[in-house]
Amino acid sequence: MSSVASSGGVRVQTAASVARRDGWLRRLPLLPAFVYVVIVTQIPFALTIYYSFFSWNLLKPGSFKFIGLDNYANLVSDESIRTAIWNTVVLTVSVIGISVVLGLAVAALLNSEVFGKGLMRTLMIAPFLIMPTAGALIWKDTLLNPLFGLLPHLLSPFGLSRVDWVNQFPMATVVTVEVWRWTPFMMLIILAGLQSQNPEILEAARVDGATAFQAFRRITLPLVRPFLELGALLGSLFVVQTFDSIYMLTYGGPGQDTTNVPFLLYLVAFQGFSIGQASAIGVVAVILTTIVATIGLRTLFSIFQVEPRR
Amino acid sequence: MSSASPNLNALARSPKVVAPRPFPTSKVLWSVVGWLVVFIFFFPVLWMWLEALKTEPQAASSPPTILFVPTLEEFQTVLSGDFPPFFINSAIASILSTLLVLVLGLPAAYALAIRPVKRTRDVLFFFISTRFLPFAASLVPLYLLARDLQLLDNIFALAAIYTTINLPLGVWLLRSFLLEIPPELFEAARVDGASFATEIRRIVVPLIAPGIAATSLICLIFSWNEFFYAVNFTSSVAATAPIFLVGFISGRSLFYAKLAAAATLASLPVLMAGWIAQKQLIRGLTMGAVK
Repeated sequence: MSSVASSGGVRVQTAASVARRDGWLRRLPLLPAFVYVVIVTQIPFALTIYYSFFSWNLLKPGSFKFIGLDNYANLVSDESIRTAIWNTVVLTVSVIGISVVLGLAVAALLNSEVFGKGLMRTLMIAPFLIMPTAGALIWKDTLLNPLFGLLPHLLSPFGLSRVDWVNQFPMATVVTVEVWRWTPFMMLIILAGLQSQNPEILEAARVDGATAFQAFRRITLPLVRPFLELGALLGSLFVVQTFDSIYMLTYGGPGQDTTNVPFLLYLVAFQGFSIGQASAIGVVAVILTTIVATIGLRTLFSIFQVEPRR
Repeated sequence: MSSASPNLNALARSPKVVAPRPFPTSKVLWSVVGWLVVFIFFFPVLWMWLEALKTEPQAASSPPTILFVPTLEEFQTVLSGDFPPFFINSAIASILSTLLVLVLGLPAAYALAIRPVKRTRDVLFFFISTRFLPFAASLVPLYLLARDLQLLDNIFALAAIYTTINLPLGVWLLRSFLLEIPPELFEAARVDGASFATEIRRIVVPLIAPGIAATSLICLIFSWNEFFYAVNFTSSVAATAPIFLVGFISGRSLFYAKLAAAATLASLPVLMAGWIAQKQLIRGLTMGAVK
């Protein structure tokens, strides 16, 4: 009796251990990537949280001192972080909003009957591929420069010849350059959505007497909606981190007018060398991004195919 | 009957016979509108090229020079000057990190697609959350670590960071390609007693080639154009192409032709790669969601 029971127990155990072995065999290929990502992102993040409770100026040796929540208190009382958060929101919302609308318009054009679609698409994606630092410099020095730039020259008949765009309208300039860069990205995604549409359905709608606008609103728009959402979501995750064009165009200025959160962090960490304060900004940035991204990533999961295959 | 009857063809084209189709005039109209829009967007790139082909006095003239005899002078100046080391650094960092992404990402994608681990969803979520975690989260400790290990201004350290940036995208993207391999292929191979190695060599590798191409393209684009870590983690030895362009921001005005030539050269690899692989581009940018 007991021997039977025990042998049954052994068998169960073996099955369990086989299952466990199988589990580890399945996990094994995942481990290198997983460990790598944990080491380079998670452990430093834990350290960021740790540093945020200390006062530490890199240029003053021995200044490492525990100050509790003082760095966070500074953030609350200091206006610069609020300005930076506000600028980040303004920049992200306007860039994404404008580039989604423009991207939809361009995609609709490229999806209609036009001459030279392929070439149009090819030229259209160039702004996205151009190195952002290069693009920003070209805009600043050769297009917008009040003395030698092309745009002030072209606008001189309208009395706008000597407008110093970068200094007089810093945020608008940054938004323009970023919209120029992100519209092609939106266009690519939305165009893919438009092309997945069955033209026969539109044909049927037309036969039924729907106007082009009606057909667009009732048939095309619901179909491309997930693509619009995907573009807006991915785009905003990138635009929130805008750094290159701010560095090249305005260096966060004039004053703090175009300083967003990443740029503020750069200033505090690498110009001010206040490690503790910069870490606190980092933690706040992570919390804010997590709130936005959790909402966003839920949408992502409904768009992506994430359920395991079997 | 219908073979070559021009009259019939003309009749068929007339709007009265066929259901109303857009008139050719509308096609012309929309083409004009479309090309106008495309021209506006492409113009800064075109202007960059034009400026690069000018001499310095032509580039810094007021009003701007429109008609001129193109010259490659400034390209020569840039290429014979101090630009090449920056370009080479960019190439090392981009290629190395792309290879690392493939080496680490392919097995991970396999474990999330073909023989999925438990909680695949959570793992995917974890990976992608690290991509969109602000660099604020890990910047300071990474900087201190690199400083203490004497790895600041080291191109391999930069490549290691770029690997982290691109690995989550790589895993998602490669997984989306692996999911497209019909499961029957693997079952058939297993029934035939194929070993794991054979399975990888005969099924996975040949079928995933487009996925590898798309992943490499995206990794190259992001690491080639990356600026934030480059500007903070490198100074002279390991500085990459975008850092070279920073030298043009301040003071050294009236070097617009040289600036444009450098910007053109720095942008060239990604522009070419993106143009050649347009199909992979969209899929890569959306991490496999849009095919």
